[in-house]
Amino acid sequence: MEWTDAAAAEEARKGNQHAFRVLVERHSHSVFRLAFRMSGNEQDAEDLVQETFLRAYKQMHRFDGRAAFGTWLYRICANCSLDLLRARKSRRELQPLDEKDDARSWLDRVATPEPSPERLTHSGQIMSLLEPALNRLSEMERAAFVLRHYEGCDIEEIARTLGVQANAAKHSVFRAVQKLRRALEPAWGAVR
Amino acid sequence: MNHASEEQLVDAYYGNGTEVRTHLNECPECRATFERLQEHLDSMRDYPAPERGPSYGGEVWSRLLPHLPPARSRRVWFRWWTLAPVLATVLVIAFVAGMLTERRVQVAGTPEKARERVLLIAVSRHLERSQIVLSEIANGNAANIDFSAERERARDLLDDNRLLRQSAARNGDAVDASLLDELERVLLDVANSPAEMSAGDFQALQNRIDSEGLLFKVRITSSDDRFKGQKL
Repeated sequence: MEWTDAAAAEEARKGNQHAFRVLVERHSHSVFRLAFRMSGNEQDAEDLVQETFLRAYKQMHRFDGRAAFGTWLYRICANCSLDLLRARKSRRELQPLDEKDDARSWLDRVATPEPSPERLTHSGQIMSLLEPALNRLSEMERAAFVLRHYEGCDIEEIARTLGVQANAAKHSVFRAVQKLRRALEPAWGAVR
Repeated sequence: MNHASEEQLVDAYYGNGTEVRTHLNECPECRATFERLQEHLDSMRDYPAPERGPSYGGEVWSRLLPHLPPARSRRVWFRWWTLAPVLATVLVIAFVAGMLTERRVQVAGTPEKARERVLLIAVSRHLERSQIVLSEIANGNAANIDFSAERERARDLLDDNRLLRQSAARNGDAVDASLLDELERVLLDVANSPAEMSAGDFQALQNRIDSEGLLFKVRITSSDDRFKGQKL
């Protein structure tokens, strides 16, 4: 019989390691996707996945089942990501990256096997600008934007996840959108 | 209603703001602005993450398993740990000697990067050793705690930590200085703890390490510093 998330989480709370393994195997892909979008870096994303599940395991006694297990896990991953972004951002300020190299290497990692000509032009331009632009956001702006835009979280959920007031979360999303639009303007201008 | 602000339009894009959405039906100017915003945000939807294979969940579990409590055998790492303070002391002495001879070194034209490299690697190794102590505490069992080994190691680490924190601050590395400051407060608590801690105090210490994400930050910074030091 296959466990539901709730049943597996309940078992894991009692110390059943096999139940926790079920949850890890079930949620690894989605946690990795969130971690990658938060960090923009494959190695960091792997570290974040591990840290997320490690924290989840240690905090299983705090999981009360009011939110879905996946949502709870996302919160942990978002918080791990904030820690990482804060550390990374300070380092980037000390040692600025070459934006073109940064964008290129990121594109190389995620490029589809057979990109269409259209993707290589307009989408390619946007993608080449998007990751460096995301890197220039504050850690709170990036986290809020990723949760809103890619994960479909509402403002209250983002605020709870990031431990801020709803207004602050909303403003972070707005500031992120403003900055990203400004940064990506060259790509949009090119196809007008 | 006046023209919608950009913030209201962003809100509307994500499905909120009924009033604004009504306004968009009536105001061609705002509708045009909204359509442009929509086009921009839609074009950012495609942010692909690298693909992970079907066995990825199992791989994550395999990597995770060794880190799950109960902790690894204390005896195994304790053997090599006995050498670590000696190595650390040598490294710190080398670093301090470098600092003291800084003026001469500059006159001789030695690149300043060498000093930075030594500091980064010293911090990285110090953090690696601290990580072991923090891991032991974080993964330890609250029952029958004999805290004397952790206490001794924390005392060893404290002196190095102070020195490295001051050096990082002097060097303008706010990230390392701040982390070392945070670490120092925890090490200080560990160093001043009784040899046999109550389960409640031990749990409180575990929660503190856990809630501040200290172990994770130590791990990231240690790896960053090592990488940066090797590149210099």
